[in-house]
Amino acid sequence: MTKTQSRRKARERVATVLIAVPLTVGALVCALPFVWMVANSVKTRSEAVSYPPQLLPSQWTFAAYTKLFTELDFLHYMLNTVALVGIGLVGLLLTAMAGYGFAKFPGRALGWGFFAVLMTMMIPAQVTMIPTYLVVNAAGLTNNLVGIALPTLVSAFGVFLFRQFMITIPDSLLEAARIDGASELRIFFAIALPVSRPILIVQGLLTVIASWNSFLWPLILSSSQRTYTLSVGLSLLNKQITTDPTVQMAGAALMTLPIIVLFFLAQRHIVAGFTMSGIK
Amino acid sequence: MQSSPAPGGLAASDRRPLPRRPVARAASHRRPTSRWAGWGFALPALALVAVFGLMPILVAAGVSFTDLDIAGLAHPETIRLVGAANYVQLAGDPEFWAAFALTAGYVVVGVPLIAVLALAVATGLNRSDGRFFRLLRTLYFLPAVTALVAISVIWKYMFNGQFGLFNWLLDLVGLPAVNWLSDPASAQIAVGLVAVWRAIGLNSIILLAALQGVPGEQLEAAALDGAGPVRRYLYVVLPQIRFALGFVVMTTLIGWLQFFDEPFVLTDGGPVGATTSLSLFLFKRGFRLNEFGYASAGSIVLLVTIAAVTLIQLRLRKAHD
Repeated sequence: MTKTQSRRKARERVATVLIAVPLTVGALVCALPFVWMVANSVKTRSEAVSYPPQLLPSQWTFAAYTKLFTELDFLHYMLNTVALVGIGLVGLLLTAMAGYGFAKFPGRALGWGFFAVLMTMMIPAQVTMIPTYLVVNAAGLTNNLVGIALPTLVSAFGVFLFRQFMITIPDSLLEAARIDGASELRIFFAIALPVSRPILIVQGLLTVIASWNSFLWPLILSSSQRTYTLSVGLSLLNKQITTDPTVQMAGAALMTLPIIVLFFLAQRHIVAGFTMSGIK
Repeated sequence: MQSSPAPGGLAASDRRPLPRRPVARAASHRRPTSRWAGWGFALPALALVAVFGLMPILVAAGVSFTDLDIAGLAHPETIRLVGAANYVQLAGDPEFWAAFALTAGYVVVGVPLIAVLALAVATGLNRSDGRFFRLLRTLYFLPAVTALVAISVIWKYMFNGQFGLFNWLLDLVGLPAVNWLSDPASAQIAVGLVAVWRAIGLNSIILLAALQGVPGEQLEAAALDGAGPVRRYLYVVLPQIRFALGFVVMTTLIGWLQFFDEPFVLTDGGPVGATTSLSLFLFKRGFRLNEFGYASAGSIVLLVTIAAVTLIQLRLRKAHD
């Protein structure tokens, strides 16, 4: 009995290794562009455009990174991007509030409101792009970070996730707070929001990533460098591919590495959040 | 006193004689403010969704019947109603149909490709929850969280004809160099490849979350009945995750129909329009040529196409269940 058991265990282990090998190869293919990016961001320019290419730099230099901040305006772009992340987090609060309203105050009119939110999930960005531009333009909010953030401030998918989660908060908990005389706003901040921590973490992370990466709206809605984000700044570099790949790779690394670190720290919460959202 | 609503809600009103307005009381046994509180919470988000989600569709539909362009934007009095002229022009526009056919091609090849690859990756990742497998999980997810522009910069560098990584790799195994982004056929493959690379991560995480929800007892029961690993996978695991699979297929399908990002940043639709997808065609007509009316008509066609495909898929799945 123990012999067959240990044999089965050994077979299981062999199977795990057999699965791990192709899986690792695939993961390396996924990661290769990032390795290539970091390696070339610390090469000298002549080495980065030499053929045949070398994976590791023979001589390390951070000149490309310095150039981003001294000769180019990347500090300014970065501050804009950080501001957009901040505005995005305000949007996250509005998203959570809407989810709470739809979950805990049922009524026919609000039901239709929720349906309308769900409808917008199907609409492609290219359909809304021109009218949205017209709307923001008419409101005089182009070349303005708030105007740039507005079109994507509330995500329908986020409202949906918050509602699904908050509907499971027991009514008795909220009712008890009401009897104790707590205001509706206080109940939301002191009870509903803390209870929804798992979904808040996932949505918060997705919001930060999306705001940090935001590209299309800043591109369409800015006509001067004043409101450019890191993505837009990097795309300007992108137009001059043959000039200096090391600066481009440094810019890409500057954008990518904070997100990678953030994601690595929080990846368990993301899988858990998707499990909890009930898509299965 | 009696006509004023009880402040304590249900508990307080229970002991009182029937109030004068029993209907209103029965409908809401909360404080009257709480009904408005719901609206208070939802309103800011609802307003944004209405302005940036719903209204644009109506505006696009309206604009699609006009000849609105950049001049019309400055002088609204010059905008003319042109009826269905934009739609008629669309139907006879070879560039529109080329973009349509290209997009359809990406759907037909791309949806099964992404679904199968993501399922394979998720199944592999589900094998273990150890530290090494968690690291692999992160690596697969990296492309999905990386900024589009960063991705384009990196891939363009690797696709470069003179000093790019890929041609060097081809050279190593004795194959001739490829003009990745400047030859029509290879450019179509290249932008598709980058899109697949980006899509694997998110979809395999969704499938992984579903796979982790498959109860182990059922697999053990099937194993005791003599079912081998392949049959267990086909007859126990796959039916259990069919909703996640359906979700992945549906979102991937919509994603390919809206295919925009990769050709936009890698090739700008070129060379000679070979990678101009439907969305990119609309974007160029709308924002480069400022033909707002014409592009709006095209975007309504795209919206109807997506709605129709989604509906057909939902029907098919219902019939299948």
